[in-house]
Amino acid sequence: MRLDRPKLVNVGLRSFYDSMRAQGADVAHVDWRPPAGGDPELARLLAKLDRPEIDEANERAVAKILAVKPALVDIKTAKDVIPGMTGHTILHSGPPIRWERMSGPTKGAVWGALIYEGLAKDQKEADKLASSGEIKFGACHDHDSVGPMAGIISPSMPVFVIENKEHGNRSYSNFNEGLGKVLRYGAYEESVIKRLKWMEKTLAPMLAEALKYSGPIDIKAIMAQALQMGDELHCRNVASSLILLKIMAPHLAETGFDKREIDEVLKFMGDNFLFFLNPAMAACKATLDAAHGIEHSTVVTTLSRNGTDFGIRGSGLPGQWFTAPAEVPKTLFFPGFSEADANPDIGDSAIMETAGFGGFASAAAPAVVQVVGGSPSIAADYTREMGEICLVKDGNLPIPFMNFEGIPRGIDLRKVIDTGILPFINTGVAHKKPGFGTVGFGVLRAPMECFKKALKAMAEKY
Amino acid sequence: MCQRIYKGCGEEEFVKTIPSRFIRGFSDFYLKILEVRFLVTKSLVRKNEYRDSVVLMRISKELEELEGVRKASVMMGTDNNKQMLKDAGLFMDEVRSAGANDLVIAIDATSEEAAKQALSKVEGLLTAKEAEKGEIVYKTLGSALSALPDANLVVISTPGEFAAREAMRAINAGKHVMIFSDAVPFEDEIELKRTALDKNLLLLGPEAGTSIIGGVGLGFANAVKRGPIGVVGAAGTGIQEITRLIDVESGVTHALGVGGRDLSQKVDGLGTLGAIRFLANDPETRVIVLVAKAPATSVAQGVLKAAKETRKPIVACLLGAPESLVARQGATYAATLGDAAAKAIAIAQGKKPKEVTFTAPRKQIEAIVERETENFAPGQKYIRGLFSGGTLCTEAMLILQELVGDIYSNVPLKPRLRLPSTYKSKRHTCVDMGTEEFTRGTPHPMIFFKPRCERLLREAKDWEVAVMLLDNVLGYGANPDPAGELVGAIAEAKKIVEKSNGYLSVITSVCGTARDPQSLEVQKKKLEDAGVVVMPSNAEAARIAALISTKGKAWGKLK
Repeated sequence: MRLDRPKLVNVGLRSFYDSMRAQGADVAHVDWRPPAGGDPELARLLAKLDRPEIDEANERAVAKILAVKPALVDIKTAKDVIPGMTGHTILHSGPPIRWERMSGPTKGAVWGALIYEGLAKDQKEADKLASSGEIKFGACHDHDSVGPMAGIISPSMPVFVIENKEHGNRSYSNFNEGLGKVLRYGAYEESVIKRLKWMEKTLAPMLAEALKYSGPIDIKAIMAQALQMGDELHCRNVASSLILLKIMAPHLAETGFDKREIDEVLKFMGDNFLFFLNPAMAACKATLDAAHGIEHSTVVTTLSRNGTDFGIRGSGLPGQWFTAPAEVPKTLFFPGFSEADANPDIGDSAIMETAGFGGFASAAAPAVVQVVGGSPSIAADYTREMGEICLVKDGNLPIPFMNFEGIPRGIDLRKVIDTGILPFINTGVAHKKPGFGTVGFGVLRAPMECFKKALKAMAEKY
Repeated sequence: MCQRIYKGCGEEEFVKTIPSRFIRGFSDFYLKILEVRFLVTKSLVRKNEYRDSVVLMRISKELEELEGVRKASVMMGTDNNKQMLKDAGLFMDEVRSAGANDLVIAIDATSEEAAKQALSKVEGLLTAKEAEKGEIVYKTLGSALSALPDANLVVISTPGEFAAREAMRAINAGKHVMIFSDAVPFEDEIELKRTALDKNLLLLGPEAGTSIIGGVGLGFANAVKRGPIGVVGAAGTGIQEITRLIDVESGVTHALGVGGRDLSQKVDGLGTLGAIRFLANDPETRVIVLVAKAPATSVAQGVLKAAKETRKPIVACLLGAPESLVARQGATYAATLGDAAAKAIAIAQGKKPKEVTFTAPRKQIEAIVERETENFAPGQKYIRGLFSGGTLCTEAMLILQELVGDIYSNVPLKPRLRLPSTYKSKRHTCVDMGTEEFTRGTPHPMIFFKPRCERLLREAKDWEVAVMLLDNVLGYGANPDPAGELVGAIAEAKKIVEKSNGYLSVITSVCGTARDPQSLEVQKKKLEDAGVVVMPSNAEAARIAALISTKGKAWGKLK
């Protein structure tokens, strides 16, 4: 191979790259970092997991992720469909956690849910009940469910039912209430409970009825369209919510409900640009559950937070959580709030990133990267960077700005440790005290500690 | 009003901005009064101007970073947002009428001036677009290679322990490799070089400080014209000196730095063999120059044999190796770097190679020697060479030992000539200031000049010193103005010697080309203006230094 026209790749010192550029050379730079952060023990475990049967297991896992066909098939009441749900069960986001360790917003949302369920008449009673041991707390993820922020799902709440038409598994998510003082951000005042009741009595039955006319709605098709319309589907669901509204609107009109109620529902869906987030999360949950529990696979199937801990799960380690303290996101605050008000990272919504959306699809929604002062090229850098820790690009979910390359999917635990590149997550930020609600939007990286623990467990098991 | 403004700013935050001695003794009440006096709330509504909320939050944050701005909020005037402004104490009357498509700007500042400034800043922030850099930075070699399948050379400068892994990945992907890193384990180096040889790929380095590939300088390298001469070298400044001297009348296809360890017994010249084969197969390369510092004899033999098989003319400058070794393999012997360049040019131009002692006529050199020696004090006789380039130091010593005798050094030609202390010169001395004892914790002397300038002044205080011999290395990677770094110390050193009624002769050459970022002519002029004798090559500088220190007696030993 001749070198009359050198086309260079510079690995390491940036000054070399600058000097090559100054000479007009054709050169690309690799911002190199030591493997496994330079940790010899992790490097040894990595080498142990560098085996063909693991690569093959990952291929199977990824093939499943790509094949999943998530469809919105029904709206049901939580206690009727969610496995293990009882009249006294409260599900929350993130890894499992005891009442005493729950964060402010989670506690606030639990109080709200108990009041909403009629199990307590006010905050005081709710707090007593929550700490009495009579309430069975559980992680949504362990019950085939997901919920954004506090992620509280109580027995009477309506839930989206998503079915994976390819493999048959189902998953569930609660309804999105909008922004500001809302239950999922820890607010529990009267207006919050009133809205939840309206969602249960009016919104849910009407959507359920409309779904009978529309038939199952293909969620992946909506996500593919929305990616091309400026959504990354985690913090930005403007296009997707409108597409869903467009699909549902004629069928809502068909339901024969009271015109005033139809107006209310249309307005609620039209005003809430995060309405699609919850069915999208359930669709991603169904997608990753399909790839969960494959022997030898190092594919990460869950990234989630409960406001206190960050937890991950891996395909080859079914049912196990690997946790580390949750960090506070880098946040752009709504007026009147500051760093001092922000709760650590919270919510199951990082399931979007786990499935290749959100921070992984930053290039589709450059506006969101503005949170950290980014430009479209920086947004593309994030997507490219996340591609470094993923096993495939999903050609059915292309991003125009990436020259229609698909979103990166199938996070490989080994690649995270090897490159030191941590999943980049877009997220809402809750007030750390119960009762306040949303304080801003932020971005952050998943903590390395979770991945180290999971890698050790993988190396021990396989 | 007071109440509203007070609500808008946390007391805690306010207290932080006032020295505690002012606060002691104040009640909360007074604090509130104080604060109210300072605060100004201003707002502005821009009709029908939609912006994305995240963009606006970003702008709010930038405004809040302005001097004197306590709070800033730029939002669309939706009901929800107006409620937030109310909660934050930023709601003014004009905001009431704003609709969902109107842009609302609200500022809470410590002075009228600051508030106004913030409002005027909004305009710029709304329109400013960050320029796209248009460059892609990859996080791993793997992703760079899959994105750039036609890349052909990977340059590695990671810490040594990790360099081999990246290099092996590049080789397995079918790419040529240059490793700048040092401290790569020998066994890794050998395995990499074997694999590269099998795959017909270049493996330059580890410790490859200088290469010019297809006209691109890598590491420390000069801007050299392209031409018919290929260079393979295990010596960084050796490659620089040869290629820049070639540049005067000819040009270079590729200069391949294989790293200082390649010609050791252990590595056995595996990298050099690959480089020779590469140049053999390169149709543009008509002459090959080999350059190295004191290679192991058996290794040198193997390398010369391989060079012979290329059937291209070979010029070998193996500093310190005997002429017979080179001649036996049919290569043209070059005693110095300057000699190697001159011979390679001659062969490339179809002329007979000949030895050049001085480029200028003898008369001119004699005049310089005369001028430089007339003001010496009795007893001034020693040469002190301070080098930033290791090969330049070795070349100078090889020349000087023939003309003036023993040269002491930290990198001596013979073990008995090792300086007892690196930091103290003895009789004739040449110091390579790029060795580890000098560079620990500081940049290389081609970049960082302070140690060399300090040493220069110390040498000047030794009354037996007659001549200072220096090098000046230009090119990519080097100091942006080496002459500028040196002239101050040179002037001072000359003054020190003049004070004791002597004269300090300062001799140098500039290892550079006209197209180097520092420019050969500019550097030369700076040095000449400081009274320095600037010779065309390092070898000629060493020769004239010998003539000057011996007041012309060394002429008898020159060919």
